[in-house]
Amino acid sequence: MTISIRSVEKQFARYPALRGVSLEVQPGELLALLGPSGSGKTTLLRIIAGLEFPEAGQVAFDDQDVTFASAAARKVGFVFQQYALFRHMTVAKNIAFGLDVRKAKDRPARAEINRRVEELLGLVELGGLGGRYPAQLSGGQRQRVALARALAVSPQVLLLDEPFGALDATVRKSLRKELRRIHNATGVTTIFVTHDQEEALDLADRVAILNQGSIEQVGTPQEVYEQPASAFVCSFVGETNRFDGAVSGGRFVCGSVSLAVDCADGPKTAFVRPHDLVVAPDGFEAQIVRVTAQGPVIQIEAQTASDQPIEISLARQDAGSIAVGLTLRLAARKIHLFDPAD
Amino acid sequence: MSSSTLTSAGPDRRARGAKTLFRRRSAISGFGLSLGVTVSLLSLVVLIPLSAVILQASGQSFSEVLAAGFSPRALGAFRLSFGAAFVAAAVNAVFGVLTAWALVRYEFPGKSIINGLVDLPFALPTAVAGIALAALYAPNGWVGQYLEPMGIKAAYTPLGVVIALTFIGLPFVVRTIEPVLRDLSADVEEAAASLGAGRLSIIGRVILPALGPAWLTGFALSFARGVGEYGSVIFIAGNMPFKSEIAPLLIVIQLEQFNYQAASTIAVVMLSASFAMLLVINAIQAWARKRSA
Repeated sequence: MTISIRSVEKQFARYPALRGVSLEVQPGELLALLGPSGSGKTTLLRIIAGLEFPEAGQVAFDDQDVTFASAAARKVGFVFQQYALFRHMTVAKNIAFGLDVRKAKDRPARAEINRRVEELLGLVELGGLGGRYPAQLSGGQRQRVALARALAVSPQVLLLDEPFGALDATVRKSLRKELRRIHNATGVTTIFVTHDQEEALDLADRVAILNQGSIEQVGTPQEVYEQPASAFVCSFVGETNRFDGAVSGGRFVCGSVSLAVDCADGPKTAFVRPHDLVVAPDGFEAQIVRVTAQGPVIQIEAQTASDQPIEISLARQDAGSIAVGLTLRLAARKIHLFDPAD
Repeated sequence: MSSSTLTSAGPDRRARGAKTLFRRRSAISGFGLSLGVTVSLLSLVVLIPLSAVILQASGQSFSEVLAAGFSPRALGAFRLSFGAAFVAAAVNAVFGVLTAWALVRYEFPGKSIINGLVDLPFALPTAVAGIALAALYAPNGWVGQYLEPMGIKAAYTPLGVVIALTFIGLPFVVRTIEPVLRDLSADVEEAAASLGAGRLSIIGRVILPALGPAWLTGFALSFARGVGEYGSVIFIAGNMPFKSEIAPLLIVIQLEQFNYQAASTIAVVMLSASFAMLLVINAIQAWARKRSA
């Protein structure tokens, strides 16, 4: 199912949460809403779910306008950050809830519901735990139950609000793989909210990056990383060195940093990824402050002659002799230039 | 973790285990002192008086016990005490949930005043409450004068007893339900809504069942308090034997007539009932804890 969000606006008491957001989500897609806290990503997700309603704009599922339809009418599965399980019900009862509350004529037979619950327990790898209560499960297991419960009603859309936010790093990683597997198995259109760029880039087919209530860029993880549309996207997604300077005569200059660019003259902000910095005999100088030599990539913290700290990642074979106190000469393989807006 | 589980094996393991039960190394000091004070105080204040009551009652033959504890007058008093307490607790169970709901879910002017008023029956001397209620519901009182023409006699009837016990028991239900309701986060309701549950379904299947254990506990506490209530009841009850005489008052009456054994027999019956109720309350709480730790 295609989800179309058209110029949606939402105002909270003191500040605008969303200022004219438009987004098209393709059928079967796994899309991440990525942004810092307060960027409006959760509000957008809740508007899609029908838990929040916009002041202006439209939400459509396929070509049906659902802007003001209730959450119940939308047939969406919603997974909350804090799981929101029903504590007085067993795991099996939790998962069956969406089927149990249906009107008698739409409700599947008892045996059919039980079969569905078993199938979902298997899908989220909780087979045999149907009789437990949520209090007897770990955080990761609870989130799996929440996921199974949302999927039980065969939703047209699955929405997840910071689904891994409350879990520790190891569980988070394995659940991430799990979600991808479940998405592939069910093929349901899925949107999840996260502030963790690594999670978004790792898991999603496409990423929508929000900042202060607006979408800055929508694209595949590769696109937003390699061709960031704005200074915000560039600095939010991935590690980067930021230089505020100016271009004149084909060179960008910021203090002692000087880089060859192909760009009209004027004040600019330049971003260079740590791994896009290379050792070059005619480059600018930077003195090494700290070296972390783990694995195939050597991480270097250095300081330019004009006292700006920078980070460099060098492949081990390209590094040559590296030691604290030495001075490197550096050039950039790739530079992202933006007008100095903020 | 006790140190005994670490240094296992060996024939003296059990002996050492028993010893370390009371001599456990702990960062929280004063275990011996606090347990000692607790046990002594409990014995002095609770256990000794209770055993004295039982001892007093046990110095009589079985027929005497039956005559004193289960005389028609005593049975009438028990019926009223337990019956009125049950009705009052049931009324409180309904209105207590509504009060707790209003206090937790909504912001309204005067909320903190109402919040304070709920606790008033806790704080008010029960005799004060009793006099106030008797004055209100007397045939010429503020409320009583309107009830009288409708043919409802509140003061000096079992209805008056129920009114007094309702007043006394309300905070027990409100204060046991409030924290559970507050703990029940909004996203649980949103989750139910997104799964297709309507408003009634959400209340019936999600909110009330989640409140269930706290609700039962509040009901039981209110009931237990009602059974033993004395001060607020005697003024409004009218205290007519067989009709509006409560069991605690009957004990006082027997004492005043120097029927110590009859008084203590009635006391033992009430004690057993209270003990049974305490057991039920604890069982409910243990059951609830197991399910939602």
